[in-house]
Amino acid sequence: MDQFTINLLFVGASFALYIGIAIWARAGSTSEFYAAGRGVHPVTNGMATAADWMSAASFISMAGLIAFVGYDNSTYLMGWTGGYVLLALLLAPYLRKFGKFTVSEFIGDRFYSPTARLVAVICLIIASTTYVIGQMTGVGVAFGRFLEVDSTTGLLIGAVIVFAYAVFGGMKGVTYTQVAQYCVLILAYTIPAIFISLQLTGNPIPALGLFGNAADGTPLLQTLDGIVTDLGFKEYTAHNGDTFNMVLFTLSLMIGTAGLPHVIMRFFTVPKVADARWSAGWALVFIALLYLTAPAVGAMARLNITQQFWPEGATGEPVALETIASDPAYNWMKTWEQTGLLGWEDKNGDGKIAYFNDGDAEAKAAMEAAGWGSENELTNFNRDILVLANPEIANLPGWVIGLVAAGGLAAALSTAAGLLLAISSAVSHDLIKGSINPAISEKGELMSARVAMAVAIAVATYLGMNPPGFAAQTVALAFGLAAASIFPVLMMGIFTKVNNKGAVAGMLAGLITTLVYIFLHKGWLFIPDTNSFTDADPLLGTIKSTSFGAVGALINFAVAFIVSKATSPIPQEISDLVESVRIPRGAGAAQDH
Amino acid sequence: MADQTSSGEAYWKANLRIIIVSLIIWAICSFGFGILLRPMLSGISVGGTDLGFWFAQQGSILVFLALIFFYAFRMNKLDKEHGVDEE
Repeated sequence: MDQFTINLLFVGASFALYIGIAIWARAGSTSEFYAAGRGVHPVTNGMATAADWMSAASFISMAGLIAFVGYDNSTYLMGWTGGYVLLALLLAPYLRKFGKFTVSEFIGDRFYSPTARLVAVICLIIASTTYVIGQMTGVGVAFGRFLEVDSTTGLLIGAVIVFAYAVFGGMKGVTYTQVAQYCVLILAYTIPAIFISLQLTGNPIPALGLFGNAADGTPLLQTLDGIVTDLGFKEYTAHNGDTFNMVLFTLSLMIGTAGLPHVIMRFFTVPKVADARWSAGWALVFIALLYLTAPAVGAMARLNITQQFWPEGATGEPVALETIASDPAYNWMKTWEQTGLLGWEDKNGDGKIAYFNDGDAEAKAAMEAAGWGSENELTNFNRDILVLANPEIANLPGWVIGLVAAGGLAAALSTAAGLLLAISSAVSHDLIKGSINPAISEKGELMSARVAMAVAIAVATYLGMNPPGFAAQTVALAFGLAAASIFPVLMMGIFTKVNNKGAVAGMLAGLITTLVYIFLHKGWLFIPDTNSFTDADPLLGTIKSTSFGAVGALINFAVAFIVSKATSPIPQEISDLVESVRIPRGAGAAQDH
Repeated sequence: MADQTSSGEAYWKANLRIIIVSLIIWAICSFGFGILLRPMLSGISVGGTDLGFWFAQQGSILVFLALIFFYAFRMNKLDKEHGVDEE
């Protein structure tokens, strides 16, 4: 059986499973559509949250970003897990006690202001749409490889499938489907990692193998540091970038995690306040299984790739074109070349492909002296292909490659579906029913939810063709936006008595400054070449556009406190509401209104 | 009624104390050991690199997990002590 058929089999079987579950658990009423009737156990909820959370960014993109940068990109690992501590301690139990369906309902009621609700909805839509753009990039890579077409065609096919899939069921369908998706994606991520860890270190647990020794007794990370520095790249385990930016970026990802609607919504679906606290922990257990493996995947893949190009080490001969063409160990290069995401060129015509950092004078001189030319001949290696290509690079059996294809699609699909749900509920429940037409029928509300999904996916697909960065980087921008706009007001809503005007001013200040800062660096509305600055040389000091969310959040807090102090204090009934949200007793089922 | 209010206040204060201590640990293990204090930990070697690298890539995640479960356990107990748990 050839690889394409195997992939088709694995992807087909996993899809049949999800669709089967979605049909079995189809949503009936509006309240089921949004919050699954609140009958979800904390462990189940945690697993579904994990699937919802771990998107194309975590599964497909993150290990690749770590692999090619090393220690400095640990920010993704800390940032995307540390936010759960904030969620569990600062938000989840209180929002559950409050007992409404959406984040913007909380903001609207707590700040007794339809304007606050409207602004929150706009913030949510902007952050979620940016997030979906990142997902679509991942969908393009995964479908492109799986169907053996270029990534743009893959993206278009993927968009149609994501839409059909999200429209099928509401949260309930999605909750149980996502449990299945979690199982597929965690197996798909860890099984190849176990194989590779065994090959390189003899340790079956990748997270431990990362700090283990290679067959010759030298620690894996030392071998890796050695070979990459010989080729003129930065030392893998060293801190090379800017410390201030690294701290800000990690903080942005953390508080963004606690401000994203599709994650927070999950905590509305558990039966009790106590369960909301446990749920965040369970979600992180299931997330940690992947996140503890990811740094091992990154480091081991980097070592494997480098050694494939330099089979005799950095001082030996680079791989020959002839070997790439004939040796089955290099088949992955040919299959990925089709997607347009991998490229090489024998620039000096010596029949060999020399992969090194030609921006490093010392490495360049050494390569010239050895006769391999003065230019890097691995012309294109898209970071987003690393995880999907990893089992092929390590020469693992065909079924593992098929499983990884299914896992990558599961990751991208589940998060895209969760986000589309959040966007559609924001538009239909908060925007239309909450502000524009409160008398809308339940049927009309469901209909407008689906129209909103279609529009969101069309926009995301269009922008996904020219994404502002690799999948995880685009997703990081979405986190910055959520961090700057939503998290601060939720926290102030629970822990302080900031008033309506303060909240509105804070959200607007945080959102607008962050959005403008991002657009200045990534192009207005992410349209290429409309940017005035780049992240290599940012507007303010060393603060990159991906790290600005933390600054935006600070602005949000500051503006809200100042405006709130200058205007009238909150009315008594809101003060009572804040007091009641702080105490678990009396948390009934949520009410619709 | 007055009793309930004062109990609610004591409960909230106790909650805030637990949150603050937890968040200090949260920050020290991630921003501290993982980034800012890494040079101080460079003497402690772990599998070909140093302890700070381990904290940045794995240790912080394990600490986060422990913190969330500790908080859930501690708060569910506190709810009962102050009689504010859900029946």
